[in-house]
This record gives sequence, C-alpha cells and structure tokens, in this order.
Amino acid sequence: MTSTILDQASGAGEQTIQTDVLIIGGGVTGAGIMRDLALRGLHSLLIDKRDLCAGASGGNHGLLHSGGRYVSNDLHSAIECRVENEILKRLAPQCVEETGGLFVAVEGDDPEFAAKFPDFCEAAGISCKEIMPIEARRMEPLLSEKLFKAYLVPDATIDPFRLALENVAHARILNDSIYRPHTEIISFDIKDGQIVAAICRDNRTQATLRIQAKQYVNAGGAWAMDIARKAGCTDVNLLYSKGTLLISHDRMAAHVINRLRPPADGDILVPGGTVSVLGTTSVHTDNLETIRPTVEEIDHNVIEGTAMIPALSTARYIRAFSRVRPLLQSSESADARDATRGFALLDHISQGLTNFCTITGGKLTTFRLMAEKTSDLVARRLGNTKGCKTDSIPLPDGDACRWTEPGAAPRYWYKANNSDDMILCECEMVPQSAIDEIVKCAPGAEEDMTLEAIALRSRAGKGPCQGSFCGIRIASYLYDRGYYRDKTGLVHMRDFFNERFKGMRTVIWGQQAAQMELAEALHCGLLGLDNLDNDKEHSN
Amino acid sequence: MKEEARHFETELAVIGSGIAGFAASIFALNRKIATAQIGNTGAVAYTTGYLDLLGSIEGTGVAIDNPWDGIEDLKKAHPAHPLCHIPAGDIREGFEQFTAFLGECGIAYTKPHEDNITALTPAGTLKKTLCVPATMAAGPKAFSSKTPCVIIDFKGLKGFSARQVVANLRDKWPTLSAERITFPGMDKGEIYPEVMARALEVPATRQELAGLLKQAAGGAKVIGLPALLGMHEPDLVRADLEKLTGLQIFEIPTMPPSVPGIRLREMFEQVFPQKGLTLIPQQKVSSLTFDAGGALLKLRDNYGPVTIHSKAVILATGRFLSGGLEAQINGISESLLDLPVTQPAARTDWYSKGYTDHEGHAIHKAGIEIDSSYRPLAQNGEPHNKRLFAAGIILAHQDWIRGRSGAGIAIATAYKAVEAAEIFLHAADALDK
Repeated sequence: MTSTILDQASGAGEQTIQTDVLIIGGGVTGAGIMRDLALRGLHSLLIDKRDLCAGASGGNHGLLHSGGRYVSNDLHSAIECRVENEILKRLAPQCVEETGGLFVAVEGDDPEFAAKFPDFCEAAGISCKEIMPIEARRMEPLLSEKLFKAYLVPDATIDPFRLALENVAHARILNDSIYRPHTEIISFDIKDGQIVAAICRDNRTQATLRIQAKQYVNAGGAWAMDIARKAGCTDVNLLYSKGTLLISHDRMAAHVINRLRPPADGDILVPGGTVSVLGTTSVHTDNLETIRPTVEEIDHNVIEGTAMIPALSTARYIRAFSRVRPLLQSSESADARDATRGFALLDHISQGLTNFCTITGGKLTTFRLMAEKTSDLVARRLGNTKGCKTDSIPLPDGDACRWTEPGAAPRYWYKANNSDDMILCECEMVPQSAIDEIVKCAPGAEEDMTLEAIALRSRAGKGPCQGSFCGIRIASYLYDRGYYRDKTGLVHMRDFFNERFKGMRTVIWGQQAAQMELAEALHCGLLGLDNLDNDKEHSN
Repeated sequence: MKEEARHFETELAVIGSGIAGFAASIFALNRKIATAQIGNTGAVAYTTGYLDLLGSIEGTGVAIDNPWDGIEDLKKAHPAHPLCHIPAGDIREGFEQFTAFLGECGIAYTKPHEDNITALTPAGTLKKTLCVPATMAAGPKAFSSKTPCVIIDFKGLKGFSARQVVANLRDKWPTLSAERITFPGMDKGEIYPEVMARALEVPATRQELAGLLKQAAGGAKVIGLPALLGMHEPDLVRADLEKLTGLQIFEIPTMPPSVPGIRLREMFEQVFPQKGLTLIPQQKVSSLTFDAGGALLKLRDNYGPVTIHSKAVILATGRFLSGGLEAQINGISESLLDLPVTQPAARTDWYSKGYTDHEGHAIHKAGIEIDSSYRPLAQNGEPHNKRLFAAGIILAHQDWIRGRSGAGIAIATAYKAVEAAEIFLHAADALDK
C-alpha cells in the first residue's frame, strides 16, 4: 500500500509522495471522489488537515433529503436530492435508515403554503402523501396538538462518518488509494499553467511533504476558497453560514420531522440511533476555525422546535455543535438561506490552470453526484474514458467502518457472544474488540490513534455521558494493550474530554449538569487532568 | 401492603447524605443531640475514600503541600470561600472527630497531619489529600521512599490498568512494575470490584488470592491493588492478606462508584441506627416547613408517609449531582426551599471555554449564602429561619473540584453548623425553662 511513497532525500528530509490525483479535503465529497476515481482505475491521495468529516460533512442533521425541503424555493436542488436519495438507499443501505419524513404545519404557520406543498412536490417528482393530523400524532405522539396539516415524504437518515469511511475503505481495496489525515496544504508549486506539486505539512509531526500529482482536486468545503487562493485562483466565492444543532438524550420521533414552511431556524428534527438532532440556526460568519455554539442559538433552536414538538422544551440535551456551510455567492441577497444550496464545479481554466479544479457548495445528500461530476472532469483531463460507476455499484460493507452506526454495536456484540469482550463505552455498547478493530484497520488509523480518532470511527463517547467514563476506560485499555507507554494517554484523554466539552458547554442544564459535575470531579478532582502540565512532584 | 404513617420527634434533622450530612450526624452524636438524618446516599458512593482538605488554591493549578498554610493563602485570594471563615483548630477538630468515628466503626483512617499526603490515583497521577483509609496508606509511603513495588490488576476488571499506573509513575518511581492475575473463581468475562470485595470477606478466597499475590510480587515486598479488599472489614481483610503473603499491601481507588465509597455508605447505614440516630436513607424530603414550635419535614418511603418534627434543621443537600441545586435552562435554583442562589448573570457565563482550564467554571461557585451562624439567607438578606442551618458544597463561593477541597468544606462547615445548631438548641431550651 505504500508502493507510491518515495522517501526521496530532497531537501531536509522532505518526503515526496506521488499519485494520479491529489484530493484536498476529507469530507464526504472528497471521500466520494476518491472512490469514484478508484472505480475508474485512477489512483488518488486524499488529505485532510484534520480528519474525516471534520467540517460540514460531520456537522449536520445526518438527513438524507427527499427533496421536500427545497421544493418551494430551489426546484433544481429538490430534484437532485430526490434522485440521489433513491440511489443511496439502493447502493449504500448500510449507511441509511429509511425513517420516512413528515412535513407538519402548526397553528401560526401559513395555511396557503401548507396547501400548496403537494403541488410543489409533484413538480419535483417527489412522493408526498397527506395524512390526517390525528394519524400523524398517532405515528409521532410527541407532535404538537396544534398540528393542522401533515405530509409523508421519503426522507431518511444517513451516517456521514460511515459513508466517508466506507468510501475511503473501498478506494483502498480497489487500487491502494491512500488517505492521510492531519495533512494541510501550505502552497502549490506552479509552472507553465500546471501545478507540479502541493507542499503540505503533517500537523502532527510538523514535517513537510511534497505531493506530486497529475490532477489536483480542491474539495475543501468551507475552506475551498482559501485553498483555491493558494493556487492563485480568485474565482471561488463563498458565503459562510454558521449552523448550530443540538442532540437530545432520547429519540424524540421515529420520522424526520420538518416544519411545513419556507426553510427557517429550528425546523428539522432528525432521529439518529437512540438520539434526535434538532436544528438549525443560520447566521452569516467570516470565521472558519473557532466556531462554537452559543447559548443564544441553542435557546433559539429549542424555542422554534417546541412549536412542532412541545417536549423539546423540557428534553435533556447531551450535545450541541456548529459547523460552517459553504454557500455559493450568486445573488445580491445577504440572507444565507437565499443563497443557492446547489453545488459548483470550477475548472479554473480562466485562472490559467489546466490541472486543478474546485468542487464546493452542495449538501450531504448530493455528495455522490458532486463526486461524479468532479471525477468526470478529472478523468477527461487524464484521458480516462471508463465513466462513473458509483450510480450502479453498491458500496461494500466494511468491518472496520461499522462501528459508527448508531445502535449497531450491541448487535455485533451479542452476536459474537464472547464474554471476555468487555464493553468499554456503556452508553453506546462499544466493546474492546471494536477498539481493536479500529486501531488495527480503520482508514486513517494506521498511525498515531488518539481517543478523538477512535471516537470519530465509532459511537464511543456519543451517548449521554459523552465519553466522560468511556474515555477513561478506553485509555486504560490502550495502556493495557501497550499502545500507550507514558503520559501520552493522559494527554489524549484530556484533549478528548476538552474536545467533547466544546459540544456540551451550551446544553448543560437539568440532568446534564449533574452528569457534568460528576465528570469534572473525576477528571479534574481525582485524576488531575487539569494539572497535567505542571505535574511537579512534592515528595513528602 | 397497608401503608403506615410514621412520625418522629427529634432535636436536629439533617437533610442530605453526602459527606457533609454524615459528618453533621457524627458531630451531633458526639454532642449528644437527638438527630434524624434523611436523604439520598448516592453521592457517598462516588467518593474515593480520600478526604481532601485543600489540595490546590482555586485558579492556580498548583498543588499545595501544607493545606493549613494553603488556607492562609486562600484567605488572600478568595476571602469569601467557606474555609476562610473557620478557625484552623475547628477544622482539625472536625477531621479528627470524623476520622476517629470511622475508625471506631471499622474503617480506620490516617489522622490529619500538618502536610498533605501525596496519594495515588487509578490513572497513575498524584493527588494531594489530607487523610486516607488505612488500607491505602502504604501506597503514598512506598511512593515517597521509592520502595520496589508491584501494582497488580485483574483479568476482566475494566477501568483499572496496572500498566497505566506504572506507565505514568515510572519516571518518578523507577522500581515500580505491573502484573496481571486472575481473581480466584472469576476467570471468565467482566468482573466487578464490589463482588470481588465481598468475596474477599471469605477466608478461603483470601487464602487462594494470597498464593497468587505472592507469585506475582516476585522479589518485591510491597504490592498495590485496586480498592477491593473487603466491604465491611477492610482493615481485617488487608491484615489477613498481609499475614498470608508476608507482603505489605495497599489499595488504590478505582473509578467511582467504588468500593471505598460503598463501604462508607453501608457502614453509616448500619452503624447510625445502632447509635440511636434515626436514619432514613435513599429518600428525598418532599417538603420542609417551619412554624413557631419547630420544623416539619415530609417524605415518603416504601412503607408509607413519614413526618419528622425537629427543633433545628441542617441543610446539606449538595449540588447538582445530589439534587440540592437545580440548573434550569434559565437559571440555578435551590431545590427544597427555593432559597436564593448566588450565581453568574447568565447561562453563557456558567462554563469557561476550556473544560480543564485552571480557572475552573463559574457555575461551581454558585450556591446559597449563610450568615455567621451558618443560617441560609433569604431574599431580604435575613436568615430564612432561625432553625435552619446549612453545610457542605451547597454553599456559595467555593470550587471544590479545582480546590480539591470537597471533604474539607463538608466536614468543616458541618462542624460549624452543628456547633451553631447546638447553641440555638440550648438557648431555646433555656427559654422553655
């Protein structure tokens, strides 16, 4: 698998890697391009400055749109969603839960808009069935009594982490394509209208890497504009929209619940395993790196969501998260919700480059289509005529990727029936063997596996305790295995808890405040993780 | 089953069954005050057994060796902190009475000395604390003299890794090593400290374990084990194992809820009724009202409704984990009487951005205010009621987590609250006569 890595002694120990295509950005689109290219016989290297799905791909509802959301204001996107929804349900069923979706109007919503919804759906070819409010409330008992209109649509949920992992794993099996996390673009070497190399930094070791490819793909999502500028391209113009979502402790509804009104804040509730995800807010931002949920956004989501599901006002929440959506700047409108939800592929010919392209915008549901269009361009430029196969070949079900699926871990564990295989994450029932499998062979896990990297590749830490207990147990287990041999395990543990905390900070009230007090008493009061850096011994 | 209403008359009612509540009952017993104690005993099970007084000055991240000097520094940095208003002699007396009581009841403790003990944690980090159970005392001693020592863990016991303890201590303790053994009769699947602890109360299990320990110790004369040496007579279990092995043995706390915490809870539940105290554990007081003659507490247990009439009340209901305080989306409140809670202006300010920052989090300093007689204050700044006193970490202006001062605040304020309650009771008696 390392056949394409050449340890050349160029410069001060600088490593050079060669590949057909360098893909920058490990979101679902980058991962999708990697697999699409591999199916055409093209080798690629996928890099991400952090890790898979660290941006918008990992920070969303996990909603596989039917298209219903966009029927009133973006017919083109609605149709794309409908087509991709059907393809993914057929070819990647292991990543999809066919929950079905409801669009509901409650007292105060526009009855005219609600009445027109079926016609909008018909125009987009989306199946839409009206059901009586009483029937809707029978299906979803927590829905508001003030419901007056309800439609059933083929919405579903999709696990973006598993999707990205499976795409990367399949590409690796097909032709040894490589995924490299924590690798950031610094600059491009450009000669005569061609990029000849990408200069990268390994963010863990600070080592410099030189990546030589025939084609370069910018799938940087919200970071695509910055990456394009490093290649001298000024034709990528993005609006950044910060969205904040929160996760409830319980699964509040079995269906995706959408508010039947033009897209606005706090109007989608999506089930995911044992929890539900509520969101989102949308505010313009210029900041890409340090966005975090605010108390104001959380309260706004809860208040808006309560109109559909009153129980959301007293629900226990375990986590909130924010991410930046890249939206294509196409109109004069300042409202991010009016910017198109479509995607754009830029070939950068007008910028004087012939082997660079940027794919940006879009949404989780259309990632495959985005990958297809990008790969078509790249293949054409490389004289490859094989054509796209991701709309006909099923996505294989990889063992090391299965641990991200909500609710799946207990099934595997019971099936294996090995009493020595202890459960390390008790909220999500993640056993030792899962950690072993991930450390051994999950994509991007070969080197330096941290608790954060394990959490990204499994459900560990995603339950009510948010990793405060399993983080300790998994670290102990990794010490046991001899994986940690010094203070590194404690540092990883602290960093993991700090990272999880970012998502908890704004939703700590009710029972979660008690949970947090206990966690902090353990982590800081007992283990002293707040004091690792000045751990000076005063001997008695 | 037919329900039966019960009624108790008492001088003092202690609400809460954490360290502060138990300490208050002990001090009241020592002062021969008729006492009833009510409340969930959940939180005691979360203690490690270590009794911290002050391990760090909040906000500094620096471990302190001498907690008594530390309190002097605390007075400068955080003058509103509850420990700053209590004479050192009273704090010491509180710790002495508390640990002496535990010792008499079968869980021996080290005495409070001048310096903190540098104690071991299950992660292999070090922690400053004032008193430790006798079963754990040999660990810090072996650490400070760097005696050759083997940490032994058990197959199937998760969350305690001898290799982890050793990996993190080896640079300070080069003669430390790790071994793993199989607990007698528990060779398959996951095993639990509580079950192991109860198994070790059987002499035959100890006999069998001793053989395995001797083998695992190799040439070392001192061994460390996760805390599971018996539930009711830990000192006896340890002494017997030491005799059988010829080794010095110490315990290291495991992750809570742990055996040392359960030991304390079960001991209190067994001993208090024998000492004449009315203990109604595992129940929450549903209402507390005052009239001219005293306080009326209402609650309900499995047998039916209970009312308690007392002349004075100590509120030691703890914080969020124990239910003394409640955090709601729009603010923090006190659960039983809706006493005013000193707190940050908005929820945005509850938590700092960094979880493990030295600063700690403002939410921990929230709590109720008291006067110099430990009486909680009402909205108007006057005592809520002359019969009501408060103790423990429900009090404002302290961060027991960053300060490593949970037991210290609990014991010291319970000592003072009982003292104040006794003065009140005597004055009331004098008035009656």
